[in-house]
Amino acid sequence: MSEHITHVEEHRDDEASKLGMWLFIFTELLLFGGLILVYSVFRMQYPANFHEASLELSVTIGAINTVVLLISSMTIAMAITAIQKKNKKLTLRLISITVFMALVFLFNKYFEWGHKFEHGLYPGSDLMQLLERGHHLYFSLYFFMTGLHALHIIVGMVLLIICYVKVNKGSIAHDKFVFLENGALYWHLVDLIWIFLFPLLYLIS
Amino acid sequence: MDNHGSHITEYKVLVRVLFVLLLCTFLTISVTGFNLGAFTVTIALLIAGFKSYMVLSYFMHLKYESLLLRILVSMVFVLFIIIVLITFIDYSFR
Repeated sequence: MSEHITHVEEHRDDEASKLGMWLFIFTELLLFGGLILVYSVFRMQYPANFHEASLELSVTIGAINTVVLLISSMTIAMAITAIQKKNKKLTLRLISITVFMALVFLFNKYFEWGHKFEHGLYPGSDLMQLLERGHHLYFSLYFFMTGLHALHIIVGMVLLIICYVKVNKGSIAHDKFVFLENGALYWHLVDLIWIFLFPLLYLIS
Repeated sequence: MDNHGSHITEYKVLVRVLFVLLLCTFLTISVTGFNLGAFTVTIALLIAGFKSYMVLSYFMHLKYESLLLRILVSMVFVLFIIIVLITFIDYSFR
């Protein structure tokens, strides 16, 4: 019996861990997929309203956030390359850059939302009640989708910070980095969702 | 032990992928600047589709994963496209 216990470490299954992470990612994709479906149907019904409402958003901030997320996606992918090459210092630095990028994204989002809130535009506000139906639907979906996405950014940040601590402690190393891989997969998911949200919400012509 | 562990994506490959993704983002923004009617959304979504393909294959390492995983991931996207098609067929014929 005791022999078994000593060999527990060797019986890990990285392939299965990743499969589990992917299954979770599928549920996330379909969650946002459902929202995109609702968005598409209402956009088809109120094309003019959706276009007018989207003009309220700043394409510049949206584009900056897209670039920020794409770069952060690359840095976390690089962190995996770095850990595989046994470069612990570079791994830690790349994870820090990714977390910093996440903060930049949230900072931009804060200003974007704050600007809307100042103008009385937030879910359940008096102004929202007075808007045309199409505008109301657009902004409700905008707040819900970007809000849910921002929540995922926060969760991703927490995961990456855990990865940072684990790399630092040495429990993630060049021969056991599946935790970092799964954390990175989650971060790429956040990027993947934004790739669709950006053209759908910001760029309507 | 596992095939993925042996594969290391080089830094320069990742930088190249990022460059392509940034180019696509720029393209999406400029495309929506022109008014091409219904085509604008289609082109924007096609570019988004290509971008997600790049992220999935290189950043998410799918290119080097098992066939099982690659099939599973494609199935999720196929499932979503089917759901969208059915919904739109429903709404178009009401």
